[in-house]
Amino acid sequence: MNKKGYPKSYDVIIIGAGATGAGTARDCAMRGLSTLLVERFDFTAGATGRNHGLLHSGARYAVTDGESASECIKENMILRRIAAHCVEETGGLFVTLPEDDLDYQKLFIESCQKAGIDAKALDPAEAIAMEPAVNKDIIGAVTVPDGAVDPFRLTTANVIDARRHGADVLTYHEVVGLKMSNGRVTGVEVQDRSTGDIIAIESRLVINAGGIWGHGIAAKAGIRINMFPAKGALLIFGHRVNNVVINRCRKPADADILVPGDTISLIGTTSSRVPYDSVDNMDVTQEEVDVLLREGIKIAPSLAYTRILRAYAGVRPLIASDNDPSGRSISRGIVCLDHATRDGVEGFITISGGKLMTYRLMAQWATDLACKKLGVDAVCLTAEKPLPGSDGAKDRKQTAKSHIIELSTDQKAALGRHGSLAEEIKFGDDIDDSLVCECEQVSVGEIKYAIDKLHVNNLVNLRRRTRLGMGTCQGGICACRASAIMAKRFGNVAALGDLRSFVNERWKGMRPVGWGQTLVEADFAAWIYEGVGGLDAGDLKSTKNDALK
Amino acid sequence: MEYQLKNISRDNFEQCIKCTVCTVYCPVLAVNPDYPGPKQAGPDGERYRLKNPEFYDMALKYCLNCKRCEVACPSNVKIGDIIQRARLKYDKKPVKLRDRILAETDVMGTLATTAAPIANFMLKLPVVKSAMHSVIGVDRHRTFPRYSGRTFESWFRKQADAQETFKRKVAYFHGCYVNYNNPDLGRDFVKVMNAVGYGVRLLEKERCCGVAKIANRLIDRARHDAEINMKSIRHAVIDEEIPVLGTSSTCMFTMRDEYPHLLGVDNAEVRDDMLLATVFLCRLIDQGQVKLVFRKDYKKRIAYHTPCHMQKLGWGIYSTKLLRSIPGVDFVMLESQCCGIAGTYGFKKENYATSQAIGRDLFESIREAKVDFVATDCETCKWQIEMSAGASVLNPISVIAEALDVEATVKANQK
Repeated sequence: MNKKGYPKSYDVIIIGAGATGAGTARDCAMRGLSTLLVERFDFTAGATGRNHGLLHSGARYAVTDGESASECIKENMILRRIAAHCVEETGGLFVTLPEDDLDYQKLFIESCQKAGIDAKALDPAEAIAMEPAVNKDIIGAVTVPDGAVDPFRLTTANVIDARRHGADVLTYHEVVGLKMSNGRVTGVEVQDRSTGDIIAIESRLVINAGGIWGHGIAAKAGIRINMFPAKGALLIFGHRVNNVVINRCRKPADADILVPGDTISLIGTTSSRVPYDSVDNMDVTQEEVDVLLREGIKIAPSLAYTRILRAYAGVRPLIASDNDPSGRSISRGIVCLDHATRDGVEGFITISGGKLMTYRLMAQWATDLACKKLGVDAVCLTAEKPLPGSDGAKDRKQTAKSHIIELSTDQKAALGRHGSLAEEIKFGDDIDDSLVCECEQVSVGEIKYAIDKLHVNNLVNLRRRTRLGMGTCQGGICACRASAIMAKRFGNVAALGDLRSFVNERWKGMRPVGWGQTLVEADFAAWIYEGVGGLDAGDLKSTKNDALK
Repeated sequence: MEYQLKNISRDNFEQCIKCTVCTVYCPVLAVNPDYPGPKQAGPDGERYRLKNPEFYDMALKYCLNCKRCEVACPSNVKIGDIIQRARLKYDKKPVKLRDRILAETDVMGTLATTAAPIANFMLKLPVVKSAMHSVIGVDRHRTFPRYSGRTFESWFRKQADAQETFKRKVAYFHGCYVNYNNPDLGRDFVKVMNAVGYGVRLLEKERCCGVAKIANRLIDRARHDAEINMKSIRHAVIDEEIPVLGTSSTCMFTMRDEYPHLLGVDNAEVRDDMLLATVFLCRLIDQGQVKLVFRKDYKKRIAYHTPCHMQKLGWGIYSTKLLRSIPGVDFVMLESQCCGIAGTYGFKKENYATSQAIGRDLFESIREAKVDFVATDCETCKWQIEMSAGASVLNPISVIAEALDVEATVKANQK
């Protein structure tokens, strides 16, 4: 037993707690494998937490990549069932602007139908009635079963379910080496980021689900995987501009998807090749902001005067197969590598490529291979069994209706975020009912629940679990309140350093869009934290950069 | 950045920088923890309502619509409007019978004045109050304003011809209260305006300003009345070229601000000519166009209470300046705070405790001020203060009328 009280040996160790890693941990645990999920930072710290949050119908890929398209629509339908509390069934539109070629629409609809995607042409007037935010000049429109999916909730639900099935989870533990013996991988060496201690953990099999960082993990076993880092930048608008996903009906290009996600809307993305050594630090450039706005305004003109909360960028973990400089014609297909057959290294699997939409299928492929290699005969049930939060008879509306008293906005918001797990949140006394994050309606009770049950070490973790600090004020009002609750668990010194990191992390995203009220808001936050709180005082020890991840 | 030269959305709620100062100025939040407060109910809640109307919080009904949040806001967010619009848009519960009765000030006034002695007698009976409390939910503690046996309009009709002999004229929006309950205030207005050389006309047609209907979500009825009023006001201001004056801060506020903001009734071309009488007078005096001469024997200690809508209009300065100009007045300025009644709000039994708690400090400071009476520009503030602080309350125009040396004033204004 190591100091966490976890055993030193597992059937399988999964590296990386993005959606794919968490999904794989769930699948492995459900099939009876003793499972450990290790993550160097927090869940969703990589590409999982830096995308559109689009529940793809697959239509976007229908013309260029039929296989990905049909995988998407199948997973889309599965997620609606198993992850209802993470999904919003908004529907989607593919609109043709006057400058676009209307002939493409025909090819698009045919390709969608071929892939099994229910795409129907609509009269532009009907499309405008369905989504009033769309450009009134559109000359064509197609409806598709797009939606919105919250990647943070989805990943957390997979982790919770993995744990329910006996999996262990270590966050803030970085794999610093792979244990090798006789040409096979026999475990991992992980470094506890808070203490620096290195622990060796054995396993019969290691699954590399490290996303773009999987390249470096494989290298530790002397294996080369050619990853293709393609940066994608997005902008978050302050409130819902649209309630239906709006896509542009043309060959995939920059800034042609506007997604309503929880309380906000997102426009994205750009696509540019970046050097591998830059993937840990993605800054959004002014040129990217300009492109996103220029194209975004074309599909929804109100973006021209809607406040932008922040900008962020992620790195698509694609595996390079050709020399396409844009990274767009590359397949979004799943790559599952058995390194025994590919490279002669036993006990090691890499699962990569794919996308958020197909995380479950990727997990299934990786787990199928793991079971085969371990000689375990168990079927995959992840497509049938609902995730925690989406289980039980109660869906969001039923739960809300079953309350005789009128629910407050924060109670409704918590139900939306945690689904049936919201029952574990305490409501009803003055303290628990108090709001910490006012923009996103997060109560003290919800914060306590997240700290107790959802692997929270710092404010960034708390943000991903609850949406704390994701709203209009970007943590200006709530960060110090949440920090006071965190201090009770982690101590004043740690909480103060964490608060400082968190405030800086919020500013990082506001900076590329720092004008208008966003700038005023940031100035107000600076005034609170520096001017009143003295958070910039020199004697304050800032925590390691971990909180930023 | 060239693509976002301004980022002001239609509803301006995203101008909010979450400074939370509105919350400090909200009279309800201070006494009723069930109310989410202006920031939550306004700009914060709006984001959720845009996501899904299911997020509408029924607790928004606790908003008084005092607009003190808007006065406090440094970012010019129309917080009160956002809350009221949300109530009108998302609260789909049928309007209660009680609320309809309270809101129909015109209808009830007409009925009650025809049988004023009976109505006044009945409304004082404990058994009637008790029945109203338990059956329809009008709080038993409330004292009802007395109904007058004769409406202001019927009195005025006999004066109308004489008023036409004045060279300069103003139109008077008297409001329901003057018409049905307090024609004396209307007579005081006519007296003061005549003394400074202005004749008074009524509007071609006058309906209730609609404040009570808006508060009780009777939006179509309110819009209907607003359109009738605006037609008459346009006729006065544009065709007859005379300003429209009122003696109720709430009526004037409603017609100036709530018509365009909540009812979508445009008033832009005449808004500057819809004024409170004290504002009109004060400006004329400042410009040296009229003079008021007061009785030398008038000696009173008067406290002024700033109604919430007066605060929002920014007109408190005019009424107080006029009162201070009376030589015999010992003037006490009360701190500007809500009295708690907010029109029909305080009459509802579920709001009674909140209403009285909001006004407590004000009542106390009035008692401590030991004044002859309180002056204020709002009739519902008057009811609340008379009932709860034990002081009698007069409109500033009535104070002017009482203190005025009419003969000397008429003489001073003859040119």
